[in-house]
Amino acid sequence: MLLDKSGEIEDHWPLIADSDELPDQGYALVPLARLDEAIEHDRVYLGARMPNDAEPRDLIHYFGRLGLISVDFPSFADGRGFSIAARLRDLGFTGRMRAEGPVIADQFGYLLACGYDEVAVPDDVAVRQPADQWISQLSRVSLAYQRGRTGRTSVLDQRLSAGH
Amino acid sequence: MYRYDEFDRQFVAERTAEFRAQVARRLDGSLTEDEFKPLRLMNGLYLQLHAYMLRVAIPYGTLDSKQLRMLAHIAEKWDRGYGHFTTRQNIQFNWPKLSDVPDILDALAEVEMHAIQTSGNCIRNTTSDPYAGVAPKEVEDPRITAELIRQWSSLHPEFTFLGRKFKIAVTASKTDRVALRLHDIGVQIVRKDRETGYRIFVGGGMGRTPMISHELRSFLPKEDLLPYLEACLRVYNLHGRRDNKYKARIKILIHEKGIGAYREEVEADFASMDRSTIAAPSEEVARIAAYFAAPDLEDRSAEDVSYHRALKTDPEFAMWVERNSFAHREAGYVATTVSLKPTGGVPGDATSEQMRAIADLAERYSQDELRITHEQNIVLPHVALGDLYAVYRGLRGSGLDAPNKGLVTDIIACPGLDYCALATARSIPVAQAISNRFASTRRQAEIGPLAIKISGCINACGHHHVGAIGILGLDKAGVESYQITLGGDATETAALGERTGPGFGYDELPGVVEKIVDTYIVQRDGDRETFLQTYRRVGMQPFREALYAA
Repeated sequence: MLLDKSGEIEDHWPLIADSDELPDQGYALVPLARLDEAIEHDRVYLGARMPNDAEPRDLIHYFGRLGLISVDFPSFADGRGFSIAARLRDLGFTGRMRAEGPVIADQFGYLLACGYDEVAVPDDVAVRQPADQWISQLSRVSLAYQRGRTGRTSVLDQRLSAGH
Repeated sequence: MYRYDEFDRQFVAERTAEFRAQVARRLDGSLTEDEFKPLRLMNGLYLQLHAYMLRVAIPYGTLDSKQLRMLAHIAEKWDRGYGHFTTRQNIQFNWPKLSDVPDILDALAEVEMHAIQTSGNCIRNTTSDPYAGVAPKEVEDPRITAELIRQWSSLHPEFTFLGRKFKIAVTASKTDRVALRLHDIGVQIVRKDRETGYRIFVGGGMGRTPMISHELRSFLPKEDLLPYLEACLRVYNLHGRRDNKYKARIKILIHEKGIGAYREEVEADFASMDRSTIAAPSEEVARIAAYFAAPDLEDRSAEDVSYHRALKTDPEFAMWVERNSFAHREAGYVATTVSLKPTGGVPGDATSEQMRAIADLAERYSQDELRITHEQNIVLPHVALGDLYAVYRGLRGSGLDAPNKGLVTDIIACPGLDYCALATARSIPVAQAISNRFASTRRQAEIGPLAIKISGCINACGHHHVGAIGILGLDKAGVESYQITLGGDATETAALGERTGPGFGYDELPGVVEKIVDTYIVQRDGDRETFLQTYRRVGMQPFREALYAA
């Protein structure tokens, strides 16, 4: 199941495995090892799929060509992907970001705040936690002390504007 | 004292509601047990040996009488009539029923308290100096910074699923009363060229691989604190080991990567982030600081007649004053320690009646303020000398008058095998036996400052590595065996203890400690040389000889 803050969405990005041929046009989500080869395909909307032990700084010179970066979450408890997103955003990546793996609905707000736009979860998570659980999680906690990257105002900002 | 505004209140209320929903989603199968566990832990709920344990946060150890009375009420209504104050200035309840926990959290929220992030792989309760706002040479009240960190670290979206727990302590004094160098990050408020800023330490910790932290920055401008901490945590979150939970703390990362390489990466992130979106606005810092303005203490004479009469006529009071008082920056006042270490007692435990008695005294005589110390005692921070005898008599009536702050019976002990699922040996009964052995207050005073710290397993919750005498309980083929270390120190002269040699049996322990103490008495150079000073001068050898000579 692929979803963003509006609910379940369609996945445009076919995964190109290590041995698959790269398309000439359309969308392609490729592993890091094939990025250099893939950027030669001018008419392809390119996405990069990165493991959570890869260095975000190594992607900087691809930023202009990447429409999507998908970060692997091997487990919901392995939180490296949160900092990968934060670092990618700080380094100036403005394309779409996806968290891919068995993350849980309770983490949805954190993922968005770190700079992710969408989440791709395996079927067993989607069965237990359908899209409505993810959406309702976003309204359950409305306040945060940090601004995050979704344009929300933090508690500190709200205090300022409330004249505290 | 900090007070919640409507935002803090709503934040806690939403969090409590979220946890209720998570419990329901666990029950309906939306969440697996594996998924629920870290969510439960992040709300302070552990599964212990016999029951659940709920750990309640006491931010930087400060609370008021209303809050302490609520803790007493919770202990009475939903537990067994007592609570246990911890080495990180929190309180834990050892016997709550799972089904009662949401109600307990609601009760806590009524008095601006919660159990968020008292457990789990996230940023834990930020601790601070129990004499904050009292200590004469303090740069400023460290709780302003601690409160900023509390807010910043509350449900930080990037750092709620770290590789391991993360503990931060803040002090503004050169004298270290927070075990600064044994924390993942230690923040020391310092002054340099008339500017106040932060000295940052990183990579300290206890556990099975104890380490004293490294200096990361000798001076950090104040406004950079939160962005800098964010960079520190980010590098840890990205590179801390995830393959082995026993090697997952930041101390291991610093050890393996080197402080220089770690610093370089932190500075790179710090340089690339938009600091202005992370730093607290100056208005917010000022708002928090106002809550920690010095209390308006009325002028009270340092020459109070009734106080001096009581000192002359009641020798037990005089001994208690001498032992448990800390000089206040205001003349005519002291901060006094309420010892939770009565002879033969359980270190850090207080009954509901005792909590209420202390709350009453705090309300009447200490500006309605209390502090929990990492030594598991309670401090009344602002007591006029003229009221001290009344406070003493109030405490004596509740069995809270032990004159033993910092002495051999002021023992830190983890819950050990009596409660904890991780423990390999008992620690509370060991503390009780040692306390009974040294019950004589005269003898304790003769021995002088001596910190005994006891852990019932290698995870070192009882801080044994930094005990002048450290005791570590292990399981040797089904039999409890206790390793002894000497020379540990959690203060500004931080040091890790050194092992004496082979371990000892449970029954031998009071005798072993007595031999160590007797050796110190023989070796010391005059009765003003403390145990640690003597140990540093003469070394391990005389103690080894005393312990292991045939």
